[in-house]
Amino acid sequence: MNKVLKKKKLAENVYQFIVSAPLIAGERKPGQFVIVQVDTSFGERIPLTIADADPTAGTITLIFQVVGKTTHNLASINEGGKVENILGPLGTPTHIEKVGTVICVGGGIGVAPLYPIAQGYKNAGNRVIIIMGARNKELLIFEEEMHSIADELIVCTDDGSYGRRCFVTEPLLEWSKKTPKPDLAVAIGPPVMMKNCAQTTKPYGIHTMVSLNTIMVDGTGMCGGCRVTVGGQTKFVCVDGPEFDGHKVDFDNMILRLGAYRSFEKEAHECRLDHVAKNKDGGKGR
Amino acid sequence: MSHIPSVKLFEEAKKLAVDIKTRESEIKNKERSQIPQQEMPAQDPIERIGNMEEVTYGYSAEQAYVEAMRCLQCKNAPCIKGCPVGINIPAFVAQITKGDYQRSVGIIKESSLLPAICGRVCPQEVQCQEPCTLGKILKDKNKSVSIGRLERFVADWERQQGKVSIPEIKPSTGKNIAIVGSGPAGITVAADVRREGHKVVMFEAFHKPGGVIVYGIPEFRMPKRIVEDEMKTLEKMGVEIRTNFLVGRTRKLTDLLEKDGFDAVFIGTGAGLPRFMNIEGENLVGVFSANEYLTRANLMKAYERGKADTPIFQARKVAVLGGGNVAMDSARMAKRIGAQKVSIVYRRTEVEMPARIEEVAHAKEEGIEFHLLKNAQKILGDERGCVKAMECISYELGEPDESGRRRPVVIKGSESIMEVDTVIIAIGNDSNPLIKQTTQALVTNKWGNIIVDENCKTSIDRVYAGGDIVLGAATVILAMGQGRIAARAINNLLEGRT
Repeated sequence: MNKVLKKKKLAENVYQFIVSAPLIAGERKPGQFVIVQVDTSFGERIPLTIADADPTAGTITLIFQVVGKTTHNLASINEGGKVENILGPLGTPTHIEKVGTVICVGGGIGVAPLYPIAQGYKNAGNRVIIIMGARNKELLIFEEEMHSIADELIVCTDDGSYGRRCFVTEPLLEWSKKTPKPDLAVAIGPPVMMKNCAQTTKPYGIHTMVSLNTIMVDGTGMCGGCRVTVGGQTKFVCVDGPEFDGHKVDFDNMILRLGAYRSFEKEAHECRLDHVAKNKDGGKGR
Repeated sequence: MSHIPSVKLFEEAKKLAVDIKTRESEIKNKERSQIPQQEMPAQDPIERIGNMEEVTYGYSAEQAYVEAMRCLQCKNAPCIKGCPVGINIPAFVAQITKGDYQRSVGIIKESSLLPAICGRVCPQEVQCQEPCTLGKILKDKNKSVSIGRLERFVADWERQQGKVSIPEIKPSTGKNIAIVGSGPAGITVAADVRREGHKVVMFEAFHKPGGVIVYGIPEFRMPKRIVEDEMKTLEKMGVEIRTNFLVGRTRKLTDLLEKDGFDAVFIGTGAGLPRFMNIEGENLVGVFSANEYLTRANLMKAYERGKADTPIFQARKVAVLGGGNVAMDSARMAKRIGAQKVSIVYRRTEVEMPARIEEVAHAKEEGIEFHLLKNAQKILGDERGCVKAMECISYELGEPDESGRRRPVVIKGSESIMEVDTVIIAIGNDSNPLIKQTTQALVTNKWGNIIVDENCKTSIDRVYAGGDIVLGAATVILAMGQGRIAARAINNLLEGRT
């Protein structure tokens, strides 16, 4: 049982939870994630990246977007409420060292997991350039936090409601062309965005790490549901990752695999909407 | 084996029991060997593929009596040597003929903690029932005394009577033992060590304890309430179970010893790394490891649609690759979840199949098709990246290989296409490397199995290991057998008797 100590709505359908999890808070390193299950009897296990942690307070910060039934259930937990099961920290931590200039690219909610990594690179003595983007101004999160660690921060929105009107790949391309070129790129966000970032840096030979978020059950290497093809080899995101060389990941296959249960999820989601409509107790603004 | 309605089996046993009972004292061994073996009553195959209920009902009291009367009570008791935990089999069987089930189950429990589980999932035909004299006389090991069914009968009786006793716990010693993994090996160690008065904490990564018995073995073969009862017994004994705790990540193994005050650790983490075929198309949508497919169905209860949030793939035509119990479980689960056509694809013949005969028979009764001497070469996808077919190749049996089984040899030009939308890979597991990766000093072999001595002690002092993490993918009872050895060694260590 993990108590939700603080709940904050960051943007439309995007929530930040500060949850009590002392052991995870103590062990967790940038790049790692947890598996969350709202209800022990029938809940689904989903991976969520640890955005931040406070070992002294024994808390971890989780940021998630409501996309299906499980995240909806999670979002319905209020301060003082409990998440029944949290397992972690999982995955191989980011290998952080001083490389020179690191360009960190975050898309949408991917900015949250990018934050501890960018912070890690900054603390290791790197020059950190941050590009962050979202569909519109309302969906931008963590700008202040990113601003505090970035040597340079570029914010963009798809609709131009804030910052530059462009995709994150545009400033990434500009930086890739510079001499000296960045020593490392880190891209975290929706699969298509990470794919495009990797394609952008590839011609310039900039090593690009991406952090993948695939379907998982156990998160410990037992089921293989999270597997992806990296450089022609099968890798498990939960134990071999979640970070991989973006130039080697077969994103197309990964995107297809992410959609494996779409019809089921649609059904579950519609059931929920029916339920909400019947009870008239929520669903507003959704 | 074809399905015989249970009512018929019960009636026949009733008549036989009355007949035998009247002249019980006069019965000679020759006549015992002629008593018909009691079939396991089971749900009708057509009915059962529409539900998740346990397939077998278990013996009636009369059936148990008749079956127990088949036992020759051999002085040398070869069956005991065939049991990995050395249960006094003739003694517990004899108590069944006397109707003293309480004493019977008591005899089993001197050696095995989980008779309701082992009576269901042990491969008795290659253990206690293999050397059985009766089987030798009848020249068919499948005609041996049905020891496993009898074990289950008394264990179920005890549970149904609410007579499951909590073993006596010695006064607290102040010593602490960490058990990593809550499967069969861990359960055994926990109970044996706790009985000596040591404090036991059991760590489990999943949200429910039980290990493979919970996530792997299906409800229709191993009802989860039985496992839950066993876990409750452990808790009543004072064993602390901590779920959502992955040793190696949540806490390092060495931290348990050095910082958290544990005096000894037992690693029973199982064989949790699914093997894949390494063939083209294996990462298409619709290809699953048996671990994933079964975990979704069993642990996550995905078959309870409308209740469970975890989805399971809606398969229509399924191929299961492999010939072990896990392959049978996957195939039979797929059938129950609604697949129209389910095929087992195995590259040897039925004789070489590692699955239990009973599981193969049940699968056949349920309409699972068997494609033998065949294997997948390539999985073909459609434009959406979903499985649409499988390219197979046929084999013939050649000379025996290291395992003693005849080696399958490819028949050139025998490629064929099998139309499927789902492929479940059930070709075994390797050991999960997590603990090894996070525990430098732990010595493993090239397959990642932890190397232990005859006391199940690892290369690190005060750290023991057993079960599939040592043996490779094996069975529940072998894991328990190792748990027994490790527990004895841990108890000796803590009591300064090393």
